[in-house]
Amino acid sequence: MTLPLFEAGGDPGPNFAALLRSTGLAPPDPDVPAADLAITHATTVVAIRCQQGVVMAGDRRATAGHLISHRTIEKVFPADRHSGVAIAGAAGPAMEMVRLFQLQLEHYEKVEGKGLSLDGKANQLGMMVRNNLPAAMQGFAVVPLFAGYDTTREVGRLFQYDVTGGRYEEREYAVGGSGSLHAGTVIKLGYRPGADADEMIDLTVSALFRTAEEDSATGGPDLVRGIYPVVAVIGADGFERVADADVEARFRDLLASLESRGGDFE
Amino acid sequence: MTMPFYVAPEQLMKDRADFARKGIARGRALTALSISNGILICAENRSNTLRKVSEIYDRIAFAGVGRYNEFDQLRIAGVRHADLKGYTYSRDDVDARSLANQYAQVLGQTFTHEMKPMEVEILVAEVASDPGGDQMFHVLYDGTVNDESGYTVLGGEADSIAEQLGQTYDGEWEVGDAVKASSAALSGQERTLEADDLEVALLVRETGRRAFQRIEGDELAELLI
Repeated sequence: MTLPLFEAGGDPGPNFAALLRSTGLAPPDPDVPAADLAITHATTVVAIRCQQGVVMAGDRRATAGHLISHRTIEKVFPADRHSGVAIAGAAGPAMEMVRLFQLQLEHYEKVEGKGLSLDGKANQLGMMVRNNLPAAMQGFAVVPLFAGYDTTREVGRLFQYDVTGGRYEEREYAVGGSGSLHAGTVIKLGYRPGADADEMIDLTVSALFRTAEEDSATGGPDLVRGIYPVVAVIGADGFERVADADVEARFRDLLASLESRGGDFE
Repeated sequence: MTMPFYVAPEQLMKDRADFARKGIARGRALTALSISNGILICAENRSNTLRKVSEIYDRIAFAGVGRYNEFDQLRIAGVRHADLKGYTYSRDDVDARSLANQYAQVLGQTFTHEMKPMEVEILVAEVASDPGGDQMFHVLYDGTVNDESGYTVLGGEADSIAEQLGQTYDGEWEVGDAVKASSAALSGQERTLEADDLEVALLVRETGRRAFQRIEGDELAELLI
């Protein structure tokens, strides 16, 4: 691997994706339809605004067709210090997209000596989703959620995407993946503007629990193996993942309160 | 047909080396010290925006003296090299030694083949989990690589600054001691340097992934008292 030096005219600047293309390392687009392949899909992710910033969460299940292919996959990642990305869709391309996105933000920050704005980061991710469109047409769709703490405006902000790269900023909450209908309904009923992170973590826990009951592709808490959804809070102090023990305690509280109602879950 | 004048290769190399050394000696110096908290790099730099010290990768920093545009080009190439290597292999496979060798190749090539050698000296430093593992590679304008241990000085009047620093240097120093000693050594006898005149960064030994931290503003001023 030699030192990538460029002539002034062909310099890719702080753009890592362009650098990958210019060095021939960018992965090629798939040119076969995925219809007959049982590709792995990552499912339900949610993000809710709260007083401290944003709460982000995702279940741990990945499916391939009607089968559960992974029980412990992670769908919520830090994008950089003050932002996070959660993914739904074809798991392989989604993981690659997250990896490239994280690298792109860090690369920009190092080359320019200054990080991108939150809007800049959201646009970057939108561009990556749009570039994935040919693959999405073959069945490898990736639809992320992006959330972060805007250090200039001092508020949490969140962004939803569609498969064409369309970027939509949401004011309250955003959901993605197969269980989004159910998760969205639970959150819609429990959302309270200005609520603190603690309350919103409970809401995401309850939303994911209810979704897992209705959607076969969403995994609930696995008390036997100790596998719980990934929950993270993004605030002024940056991206912080909520400890598994804390998430477990919240699920146990939820189950206890449901049990005390005589097991009437509906 | 015109005949080019014959110049002996010794003379040619010497002229080029003198030219590069003159360019480097005009610039302000910087120091790098391996201390208990990590590797501290301290540069005399009055600009807050044109940096001499910067982050390359998780545990690797870059520092340059001489012509800004030349070492900045090398810095960006280093960031690209490291990010591409980490992407292709893994983050653990990116190391200072291979980067320093790449720099040495480019500088050596430019020194012998181009019209003008690069008027820069650069430092590639990598912090380890224990002080004995710290690596500091000092690469000269002609591609010579020196593997430094403890402390090193780059730029104009490097010898006298290194001598002064060497009288007190201690690997057990905390950040404050190292900043004060570096500032005193860089300023020499006649003047004193303020926080605004310095650019300081630390590769933190105990940290998460990205070890590079700048020390600036009030934090730096307090360390200098």
